[in-house]
Amino acid sequence: MATTNLGPVLSAFERRPESLISLLQAVQEQLGYLPPEALGTVARHARVPRSRVYGVASFYSQFRFNPVGRQRVAVCRGTACHVGGARFILEQLERTLGIPEGQTTEDMEYSLETVACIGCCGLAPCLTVNDEVSAKLTPKKVRKQFKKARK
Amino acid sequence: MTAGFEQLRQAAEEQWDLLTASDTPVITVGTATCGRSAGALDTLDVLRGELAGRDVECRFVEVGCLGPCYAEPLVTVSLPGVATVCFASVDIKGARKIAAYVAGGELPEELAFATTGSETIPGIPDLMDAPMMKGQVRRVLRNCGIIDPGDIRHSIARGAYSGLQRAMELDRDARIGELDRSGLRGRGGAGFPVARKWKFCIDAPGDTRYVICNADEGDPGAFMNRSLLEGDPHAVLEGMIIAGLTIGAAEGFIYCRAEYPLALERLAVAIEQAEQAGFLGADALGPGRPFRIKVKEGAGAFVCGEETALIASLEGRRGMPRPRPPFPAVSGLWGCPTVINNVETLASVALIFQHGADWYAEYGTEKSKGTKTFALVGNVQRPGLVEVPLGTTLREMIFDIGGGIASGHRFKAVQTGGPSGGCLPEEKLDIPVDYESLQEAGTIMGSGGIVVMDERTCMVDFARYFLDFAADESCGECGPCRLGTRQLLRILEDITQGKGTASDIELLEGLSHNVIRGSLCGLGQTAPNPVLTTLRYFRDEYVAHVEGRTCPALACRDFIAFEIDEEMCTGCTACAVLCPVDGIAGARDALHAINAAVCIKCGVCSDTCAFGAVETVQATP
Repeated sequence: MATTNLGPVLSAFERRPESLISLLQAVQEQLGYLPPEALGTVARHARVPRSRVYGVASFYSQFRFNPVGRQRVAVCRGTACHVGGARFILEQLERTLGIPEGQTTEDMEYSLETVACIGCCGLAPCLTVNDEVSAKLTPKKVRKQFKKARK
Repeated sequence: MTAGFEQLRQAAEEQWDLLTASDTPVITVGTATCGRSAGALDTLDVLRGELAGRDVECRFVEVGCLGPCYAEPLVTVSLPGVATVCFASVDIKGARKIAAYVAGGELPEELAFATTGSETIPGIPDLMDAPMMKGQVRRVLRNCGIIDPGDIRHSIARGAYSGLQRAMELDRDARIGELDRSGLRGRGGAGFPVARKWKFCIDAPGDTRYVICNADEGDPGAFMNRSLLEGDPHAVLEGMIIAGLTIGAAEGFIYCRAEYPLALERLAVAIEQAEQAGFLGADALGPGRPFRIKVKEGAGAFVCGEETALIASLEGRRGMPRPRPPFPAVSGLWGCPTVINNVETLASVALIFQHGADWYAEYGTEKSKGTKTFALVGNVQRPGLVEVPLGTTLREMIFDIGGGIASGHRFKAVQTGGPSGGCLPEEKLDIPVDYESLQEAGTIMGSGGIVVMDERTCMVDFARYFLDFAADESCGECGPCRLGTRQLLRILEDITQGKGTASDIELLEGLSHNVIRGSLCGLGQTAPNPVLTTLRYFRDEYVAHVEGRTCPALACRDFIAFEIDEEMCTGCTACAVLCPVDGIAGARDALHAINAAVCIKCGVCSDTCAFGAVETVQATP
């Protein structure tokens, strides 16, 4: 793991405890997740104990401790999406991608997760693939969208 | 008004005129998050390509969201000497038609949504008479979908920062007085009078003070703040600067959700431009009086919408709330007096100083002044973002503005206030939407999410959905919330899975009251509201689940089965091919049948069948 290369990423932030969340965000942006070594590096930079870094990182749902797929599929579970049948979308994806929520395919291509609400409620139900939104979904549309991608 | 500002404004107005009275065609495309997810960027690409191919010179402007999400992508075309027309649902085919129109062809009337200028075209409504727009009063949202949020000159030409200029001419008491007379109350949900909050902060001892903009719009089903930040970021910055000027702060923070990447991008651009123009920086509040704004990205925790949790997060800690008092106005960020207001509140502050308190207060009710933005979503014909005077009824919002329920279905309930709010039935639709009336009915205004449901939504399952959310988002600090929300969720899961008993209903009620009484912060204190309101207005559905062993909405999986209608089935095999458990028997052109023993009730067959042959029926768990 290339945690030794984190220097330039970290140096953009002040070496103070309040930089902690921004530091973790920058590291995750760089590496895709937070490997254990990176937590130590961040702790030293922010001048806080490792335990605090882990405490903060494990509190917020944005942070991940495992690598994710190249395509991060996040199904919105906001209220409008729920009313619009989001659970059918999620189940369809679980079947199409062959992984349960929270997992990554073996080839590291897809990760499947849920997100609290992406604020696209007028076009529910929706999902994002690496921040790109697909809206007004049906299980059928989802199947088509990802069947193609799997081939 | 300073000479410097006057100069800026004149330059800005010249720039704005280039857009509104241009000699070349001007095409605006709404490319906020909602527009993009409907395909606006593809639409824009096609328009650019087609018009370049035809050698037509025109200006393209990317704007924010106008509000009618259902009609996205929205494209507005302004041709010299012709009425400006806004087109709706412009897909790639539509974009080609519009390109032909811009190049001198016929107006594609079937795509026309409204005309937006003073000139009109017979048969096409004016923007404010168009579906979903009629009945709205757009003040906070007046620039959204109209200006380029990436160009500060557009904002200035439309009034931005003139409120700040006026605020600078007033003394502190006069500023507080102006806010007080406007009657503005916090738009984040609690509805606390803004003038009083600021006054508390001014009166608190301390040398350093901070302004925080709460842009952690965490309510699922709400996107008012996202739209405003994406469509008119300077409105929020101006409000923050006025707050800084009034309470004596030199620094402000915007705490914005990481789930809003475009809003974060637009904010960064807006802050840079405001710095260049001198509205932010070393002499922002007068010679030697700095004011700077930093954006902090949230990391995905609903509880951070609570002000003390948000402050903990800004300080780089776990976002856990603490008991109040002391309130942040007295002891906030790093223990300093801090004003923390929501995005829409701050944008309203800017409006109040631009137009005056009396102008602002001309709409609204006695205790709830002004207009309010709402995200109108769910099973409604026209979902989107709307702004109406406070006191407008839910019925007007859902039926007049939202166009009622999707065809073939009927209204069942409306939910306001997100996970902290409650569900109201048909007979409550005529109550005016203001802070007090909603509270009396058992729900809250919240930040402005309005979710409409038809008969297909099970109210017990809906309460379960919110408790699932609350239990997941409970920070774990206090027992009543951490354990109580989980226990409420378990009981609701039992009921929706056919394992409920009659005593569960009483248990839910008692536990809900205890969670409300015992929780430390707003999350736990309001989390049982979805349970209590559904029990209050839809108790018969709970009874149906535990005693009648049925789910009247045919939504809870353990209470339903799928069956194939002999008359309707054509034997096309579409459902059989897609059934994930190979649970549908039947050869081509022969009647199909579902094997109930293996069926997982995923609904794929019902979704797939083009002939409506798959029926959902009651089953006993």
